[in-house]
Amino acid sequence: MNIPANLRYTASHEWVRTEADGTVTVGITDHAQEALGDLVYLELPAAGRKVAAEEACAVVESVKAASDIYAPVAGEVVAVNSALNDAPEEVNKDAYAAWLFKLKPADAGAVAKLLDAKAYEATIGEA
Amino acid sequence: MLKTTPLNAIHRAAGARMVDFGGWDMPVNYGSQIEEHHAVRRDAGMFDVSHMRVVDLAGTGARDFLRYALANNVDKLKDPGRALYSCLLTAGGTVIDDLIVYFLREDFFRLVVNAGTADKDVAWLRRLIAERAPQLELIPREDLAMVAVQGPNARARVWQALPGSESATAGLKPFSAAAIDAEWGDVFIARTGYTGEDGFEIVLPAARVGELWNRLAAAGVRPAGLGARDTLRLEAGMNLYGQDMDETVSPLESGLAWTVDLTSPRDFVGKAALLAHPAQRQLVGLVLSEKGGVLRAHQRVRTARGDGEITSGTFSPTLEQSIALARVPLGVQPADTVQVVVRDKELAARVVKPPFARNGKPLVAIT
Repeated sequence: MNIPANLRYTASHEWVRTEADGTVTVGITDHAQEALGDLVYLELPAAGRKVAAEEACAVVESVKAASDIYAPVAGEVVAVNSALNDAPEEVNKDAYAAWLFKLKPADAGAVAKLLDAKAYEATIGEA
Repeated sequence: MLKTTPLNAIHRAAGARMVDFGGWDMPVNYGSQIEEHHAVRRDAGMFDVSHMRVVDLAGTGARDFLRYALANNVDKLKDPGRALYSCLLTAGGTVIDDLIVYFLREDFFRLVVNAGTADKDVAWLRRLIAERAPQLELIPREDLAMVAVQGPNARARVWQALPGSESATAGLKPFSAAAIDAEWGDVFIARTGYTGEDGFEIVLPAARVGELWNRLAAAGVRPAGLGARDTLRLEAGMNLYGQDMDETVSPLESGLAWTVDLTSPRDFVGKAALLAHPAQRQLVGLVLSEKGGVLRAHQRVRTARGDGEITSGTFSPTLEQSIALARVPLGVQPADTVQVVVRDKELAARVVKPPFARNGKPLVAIT
C-alpha cells in the first residue's frame, strides 16, 4: 500500500500536504482510489468557498459508488484541479499527483494534528 | 465465514480485489473494471460464476412439472440442449428468482439459479415436487463449477484452450448447450451469457476448473470481475435479481412480460395473480443527458406521469455516459425526458428501450 511518509492523512482517506506558501493541498489516498475503483465523475468545490473541518465539500464517483470528500481542516478553497473534471481516471493512475483542491487553512497548526502515515496505515488495517 | 469458489486462490494470486457478494468471497475486479468491460465487448473475458447453483431435475414427468413450476413455457424447448430464461414465481405472482433451464432429455432438465437465492429456490422446488410430482429428484450440484467466457473471440479461445470442444460446440445456436465427454471428463458447454456478447458458459467438475481457467488465460482470455459483469449486463438490458426485481414485484412490472406465458391454457404458479393484477408500472431504460453524477439504484425519477425509482444504475463504459433501469408509471415513453434526483440536483435523463449496447456496439444515441 502506497502511503507517503511526508503527507498527513484523515481517517476518511484524504491526504494533505502543506505547501511552502502555507496553503494545503488535498487529495484522496491510494487506498481510497483502489477501494472505489475506476473514477468516472468528480464534483469539486468552488474557489472562494469557506469550509469547516470535516465538512463534505467534494464528491468522487466511481463506476461502483459515490463518495463524499471532507475538508481535512477549516479554511478557504483557493484552487481546484479542474483538469480532473475531464480526466477523473488520473486519480486512479496516481492518487498523490492528482490533487483535488487547495485550502488556505484558518489555523496554521491544524494540519499537524492530522494522522501521520503510520497512524493512517493503522486505521486501514494494512500491515 | 464467507463461502469460496474453487478459483479463490487463483483470483487472489492474480491480485483481484475481493468483496463479499451475498456471502461469497468474489473478485470485483483484477485492477480496472472498465478495462475488463472493454475486453469482453472487444475481445474475450472470463468470469468465475461458480457461486451460481446448478440444479438438476431428474425423473419421469420432469417437463410436466416445469410447465407448472416456471412462468415461461418449457414447451418452447423442443430439441435437446435448448435453453430458456424464466422466472420462478410465488403464488402471488412475484419473483422468487430468475433462472435458465436447459432441456437435455425428457427425464432430465438442468436449471442454473442465482447464488443468493439458491437455497430458497431448492426449498421452494422441493415443496412443489412433494405436492405435484414426488417421483422427481432435485439434485443441487455443489460438485460443479462454472466459468462464463464472453466476447466476440470467446468461442475461438475456448476451442483453443479445450481440445476436442470445437467439433461438439461449433454448431451450437445461441441459447443451446451440449454435454461433451473430453479428456476433461464431464463438461457442459452452453452458448449463453449475461453480457450481451457471444460466448459460452462452461460447467465442469470443481476439481478441473483451475486448470480450465489457467488454460483460458494462456489462450488470451482476460479475467473479469463482478464489477464488469454488472456494467455489461446493464448495458445489455438484463435484470439483476434482488435489484431490478424480487419477491415484492411482478415480472410484468420488471420488463419481463416477454418471459411470462399468459396466452396458453397452461396453468402455472403465479398465473392467477398476474391475470388479476395487470401492470401499473414498467421498467424502462434511462440515459443521463447531462453531466452531474452517476445514476444509481434508489434515486427518485420524476416523470410527467408521476414518480418512479431507479433499480440499477451505473456508468456505461461503452456509451461513456451514465445509464439505468428504472421502474416508472405506465405511459412514460421512449424519447421522453425525465428528471433524476442525484444528491441536491435534478438531472435530465432520456427514456430509452433497453438494451443500451450489445455485440460491441452502442444501441442508443447519446445526445
